[in-house]
Amino acid sequence: MEQKTKINAEDGKHELVITREFDLPLELLFRAHAEPDIIEQWMSNPYATAKVLKFEGKKHGSYQLESTDAQGKVVFRSNGVIHEFNINKKITRTFELENASFGVQLEVYDFEPLTDNTSKLNMHVIYESVAQRDQVLKLPFAQGINMAHNRLQEILNTLK
Amino acid sequence: MLLVASQSLTAGAIASNFDTARPTVSKHLQILTECELLEQKQNGREIYYYINAKKMIEVADFIEPFRKMWDYRFNKLEGIMKEYKSKK
Repeated sequence: MEQKTKINAEDGKHELVITREFDLPLELLFRAHAEPDIIEQWMSNPYATAKVLKFEGKKHGSYQLESTDAQGKVVFRSNGVIHEFNINKKITRTFELENASFGVQLEVYDFEPLTDNTSKLNMHVIYESVAQRDQVLKLPFAQGINMAHNRLQEILNTLK
Repeated sequence: MLLVASQSLTAGAIASNFDTARPTVSKHLQILTECELLEQKQNGREIYYYINAKKMIEVADFIEPFRKMWDYRFNKLEGIMKEYKSKK
């Protein structure tokens, strides 16, 4: 089966591109990136609840996100500034994990209509260095989700 | 990479599949070989290129947890927004 979410991370480059096609009209795909209560829902996972502390969806705006575990302990906070907020077209923002050594990354979200009911997100992420990009790719929270996903797969397999 | 996935090929045979100049293709092959994604095998006067499957798996594995994290998020996003769509 073809993977829906694709990542192109060329060796030795300090950037990567994430692409994904959605069975959603462009407007709904953009809304999911522009409304705090919706962002909180899809950024949460079985191990962490995401909360949008601040969100100014406009040019020169900024945002801050927080993720807490089941006991309410803060797992991480992140923030950034919004350079461009072009409704249904493009969001350019920075992203930084607070109290971490991963530096600041620049993220360009390009929203592309495919049909009336399908759309595509092209996410271009630029890191300060190759080492920082590779460090982020190895972050344990990614592994955590992976474990949750595998566990879910295991459970589903037993039901087959 | 797809070209050499099932068989080993010479640089000339690979280049004939592209409109790009032969030196450019050679440069790409050189970089892929340096990254150990391709391997070279001398056969008489010809050098054949073939895929280093082990290294390809290594590279894919490196990104896979990160990809799965985004896939999980985007699947969720799609499900949530489909509900919004039906509410419309």
